[in-house]
Amino acid sequence: MSASAAHAVVADLRDRIRQFDGRAARDRAVLPFGVPDIDDRLPGGGLALASLHEVCGGGNDAVEGAAAMLFAAGIAARTKGQVLWILTRPDLFAPALAQAGLAPGRVIYVEAGDEKSLLLCFEEGLRHGGLGAVVAEVARLSLTASRRLQLAAEAGGTLGIALRRFKHRSEESAFGQPSSAVTRWRVAVRPSVALPVPGIGRAQWLLQLVRCRAGEAADFDVEAPDAEGRIAFSSRLADRSSEAGAWRLGASA
Amino acid sequence: MLVGREGSRRILTAVSKPAEQAGLRVGMPLTKAHALVPEIVTMPADPAADAAALERLSLWALQHYAPIVAPDPPDGLVIDTTGADHLHGGEERMLTGLVNRLAASGIFARAAVADSWGAAHAAARFLADPVRVIAPGTVGETVAPLPILGLRIPPETVTGLRVLGFATIGDVLAVPRAPLVLRFGPLLGRRLDQIQGTISEPVDPLRDPDVVTARKVFGEPIGAPETIARYTKGLVHDLCQALEKRGLGARRLDLLFHRVDSSLQAIRVGTARAVRDEDRLTRLLSDRIETIDPGFGIEIMDLTAKLAEPLVLQQAVSSLIEEEQADIAGLVDVIANRIGAARLYRIAPVESDVPERSFRRISPLSPDVGTTWQNRWPRPARLLARPEPIEVMALLPDHPPASFTWRGKRRLVKRADGPERIFGEWWKRDAELAAVRDYFQVEDAAGERFWLFRSGDEQQVTAGLGRWFLHGIFA
Repeated sequence: MSASAAHAVVADLRDRIRQFDGRAARDRAVLPFGVPDIDDRLPGGGLALASLHEVCGGGNDAVEGAAAMLFAAGIAARTKGQVLWILTRPDLFAPALAQAGLAPGRVIYVEAGDEKSLLLCFEEGLRHGGLGAVVAEVARLSLTASRRLQLAAEAGGTLGIALRRFKHRSEESAFGQPSSAVTRWRVAVRPSVALPVPGIGRAQWLLQLVRCRAGEAADFDVEAPDAEGRIAFSSRLADRSSEAGAWRLGASA
Repeated sequence: MLVGREGSRRILTAVSKPAEQAGLRVGMPLTKAHALVPEIVTMPADPAADAAALERLSLWALQHYAPIVAPDPPDGLVIDTTGADHLHGGEERMLTGLVNRLAASGIFARAAVADSWGAAHAAARFLADPVRVIAPGTVGETVAPLPILGLRIPPETVTGLRVLGFATIGDVLAVPRAPLVLRFGPLLGRRLDQIQGTISEPVDPLRDPDVVTARKVFGEPIGAPETIARYTKGLVHDLCQALEKRGLGARRLDLLFHRVDSSLQAIRVGTARAVRDEDRLTRLLSDRIETIDPGFGIEIMDLTAKLAEPLVLQQAVSSLIEEEQADIAGLVDVIANRIGAARLYRIAPVESDVPERSFRRISPLSPDVGTTWQNRWPRPARLLARPEPIEVMALLPDHPPASFTWRGKRRLVKRADGPERIFGEWWKRDAELAAVRDYFQVEDAAGERFWLFRSGDEQQVTAGLGRWFLHGIFA
């Protein structure tokens, strides 16, 4: 009883803070993952729609960004409308996006030559407001740039995903630098569960919520997105709190 | 072979490739040519028709390439590419595209980009390579070895210079100017300055009488970007009203700035569909005002709709229950004008099992093809531009690898799935008649997944021979 009362007070306070911020009600719309354990950790019960999120691959994937890309594709697939996908290296294989639920007819690709035009297209896309999501493969993202992008996302009401893709593994530390993104995710691959028959099962990820505005960091063991772009909670459930496992790279259950 | 008249003599004005090999040259008297090769076929030259054709070509270039285009008689086009090359993927690609498109319609052309009209003129005519981009600041050394014919001077001057022993432009540039000018007149000196870019040479652009234009002449020259933006808005308003009267929408807009020093600056924007929306067009033009150098001020602004198409009004939402589709044409135009339209695309499936052929790029606003890839096997998120060879340990004949080495790192394969056999497309190339790839999806000890294949002809692969490659990375 007292717990729910406290919860109501906290929710009320959050509402008032939002009013100070001057953010409209539609900004609070969220995109739930459909996995209760993850959604409970996020304020509002899902990824905030009109805001910027950062995703980075863990380990070797910091360079290739394959898992991070599928994670972003899974999120973008569940938004409504067209998706703008901004690339720097043209090595994305579109059938994989389709297998993560993002139909080819929904994605417009932009090959931005340099960082400047990439950020420009990113901001333009977020500000436009007619898109479902904007995903950009970006190596460097300064605090100023992320602040601008976050404001553009709020103005346009569009979900923005900065897919951090580094030139070299050593640059991955840049992911720890401050930015205005509402959430930050790190996606690391994990060995999959052995099947009773020869073959490969669904890919297993260690999904780390590294930073979350108005929320706590957490780790999740999940399975890669299915054909509808939904990730699933791993069957060998191992939910660890931020104290236990956060920041530990490639931790295995 | 074309024959023209010069005074009372009949001379060759153009010769074909075989004729050139037989020793015939432009400028040779017809009688001499007949003496050399008795069986030549000649046609009378028609300079008026040539000029008309050149003008048609200029109009085509004007619509497709750049806002400032003029015929450079007798045999050339001059295009001011400033502010237009990025729409075609840079100078080099723009030139290659131009030359290829002309070649496709049977016109053999050479093209060059340089700092000055004179240098580009000489380089296009006398350098061997069909496409040449002369980097800024290197004009002097590039044009120096070219013959003096490239200077755009009258034939008498060329003959006179030759008599004096000058062969190349560099020779003429090396000697003091004054005696030359005394002897040959001021034109030579001006051409030499123009080729080096020390004096400007405005291009008088060709105008198409049919296009819709709006023009603003200023009493006092303007220069501030805000002022330019304000007048741009006014011009767009005028232009849109003119377009509305004709029922047209703009596909390509050129905004020309005539500066007080009589040089021209230009902005070109294109749209994916016909547009008559003032705000959108103003936005596109204003985005590019920063590229304009007003110099000492701008006297005239000229806005023209170089390409216009009939604009049909459409009902936005046809029924209450239909889901509203946001119009993203505006966004596509903004981005395409910033980074070039070729960089913006949608990917459509192609019916092909070979991974690198299974997609094609289509225009971002083309209607949804509605199909997707019919793969039951998982496909990797990243596909390497070309498969990279790997060192593999695998059981013969058809087992997945036990370990492989890629980019110097050895990985143990824990789990694998495959093979998925993909046959070569023999109807595309003969070499693919027997080509076979066996694809495996493998997972290493850390959980990373890769897409490997063994390639060779069918007997080899079935026997477990053939080379191994890594083609993609899964998540």
